[in-house]
Amino acid sequence: MKGLLADLFRREFGKMVAVISRRYGLQYIEIAEDLVSETFLSAAESWQGKGIPANPEAWLYHVASQKVLLYFRRNKILMDKIVPHMRESQEIYEESAEICFTDGNIKDSQLQMLLAVCHPALGSEAQIGLALRVLCGFSIDEIAQAFFTNKETINKRLFRAKERLRSEGITVEPLGDDDVGTRLDNTLHIIYLLFTEGYYSRTRDEILRRDLCREALRLGLMLTEHKRTDVPKANALVALMCFHASRFDARQAGQENMILYDDQDRSKWNQELIYQGMYFLGRSAVGNEISSYHLEARIACCHCYRDDGEEKWQEVLHLYNQLLLVNYSPAVALNRTYALYKAEGRESALLEAEKLQLSGSHFYHMLLGELYIGVNNNKAMEYLRTASTLAGTEAERKHIKRRLEEIIKDGVERRDETVK
Amino acid sequence: MSNLADLAHYTINDNESKMKEFMLLFRLPQQAGEDTVSEEGMKALSKKWENWVGGIAAQGKVVSAGPRLEPVGKVLKNGGVVTDGPFVEVREMLGGFLRIKAASLDEATTLAHGCPAIDQGGTVEVRPIMVYS
Repeated sequence: MKGLLADLFRREFGKMVAVISRRYGLQYIEIAEDLVSETFLSAAESWQGKGIPANPEAWLYHVASQKVLLYFRRNKILMDKIVPHMRESQEIYEESAEICFTDGNIKDSQLQMLLAVCHPALGSEAQIGLALRVLCGFSIDEIAQAFFTNKETINKRLFRAKERLRSEGITVEPLGDDDVGTRLDNTLHIIYLLFTEGYYSRTRDEILRRDLCREALRLGLMLTEHKRTDVPKANALVALMCFHASRFDARQAGQENMILYDDQDRSKWNQELIYQGMYFLGRSAVGNEISSYHLEARIACCHCYRDDGEEKWQEVLHLYNQLLLVNYSPAVALNRTYALYKAEGRESALLEAEKLQLSGSHFYHMLLGELYIGVNNNKAMEYLRTASTLAGTEAERKHIKRRLEEIIKDGVERRDETVK
Repeated sequence: MSNLADLAHYTINDNESKMKEFMLLFRLPQQAGEDTVSEEGMKALSKKWENWVGGIAAQGKVVSAGPRLEPVGKVLKNGGVVTDGPFVEVREMLGGFLRIKAASLDEATTLAHGCPAIDQGGTVEVRPIMVYS
């Protein structure tokens, strides 16, 4: 039963909080969270004795609804303060007493909640934290682990974020078209960050990492399911996430080891997700705007489909060149230089890599180390050793160590050959 | 190694505030019009341009890539004279421009090195963008 409850919590917590917050206002988001948490406590007690009900979700909705109504009745807040501010449509289902946990209302509430927590008044860390808590049902512990920090920090961050929601008067209400437009960019960015946090996370907990990616994908899909948010770049973002997620099984070898692209077993790539990626990439190919998500999705697509030859890398290089003009980041610059190496050779890549001046990053040293192999092995080893001291994870240090050993072995073999 | 796309994700702040903006103006010989070059040649040429701009962009120093200009047009002069060119008194014409940022004119000039316009027999003009105070 513990497993069932945990699953239900993860699945239903966010839905219920969204519906309640939408009905009473975002200023009651904490109360909504508390009441939903209490509902789960009641479930644990009641199901222990009476057994699991036939329809656990319906049970939860019903009990939560009662708790919420009781809370607001008891506090008289409903009559004195809230009702005057409630929108007409909300007053209509007020008459039906029970809170409306229908599929349609859940979906609408969650979408609006997503757009609300992505309000520009909040910082991106606060936005991600809130999204994980109130939309994805993550525990504070899990969020802390995902961010590589402690519980207190996350608690403080969420508390401040909710304060901000209140003080800025941010509401969970249908936005005007202009608002959706501007809010959507931010929302896409938050989903993108959430996904990359999972995909590149420093946390070793693999299940947590997958959960982060899966939730990001779910939120992205949510946008494509609503007419007003189903824009080309949202589809491009979903495509991008599908392509990356398709390699999840292939890149993981136990808790600590990461298998890098070149060494991955292609049969472990998830074809279903690749097809889905293609579908959303197709849907993204309308209109005039080429967003960074479009370009990144096409790069990820190349890595899923094309043979690892020069032609692929020319295409990848071309896309990275464009991506740099749309959205520069050091990571894109490094990836672009790696593509240049694969497409045009070591020499031109080395020339450009030397100019990048990203010496604070271990990826930069790894790239230079890699480019110098065979050109100047001493320099290559020097760069790789620096990379190792700067590396963030054990998996990366292991990879670099392996690479160093290979260089030494190759060097020895080559010397042997000349002796013979 | 590996596809860095599976690894790299982070950001670094550069010395944004110390940067000035410059315009690189590409002047090309007039005969280097599209019709004298084969389709293959054009493709190779635009790849060269793209990779060259990409190299500057990789250093985070492109502000915006200007549009490329068609090799035709009109020139207006004093007295209502309109001609089809030449566009400048010399045999060159403006082919396009690129807005970049660099710490100094010298650095901007260094960035302009390797520009395909030079291989095509043209020139690159490096001009600081005027700052209004």
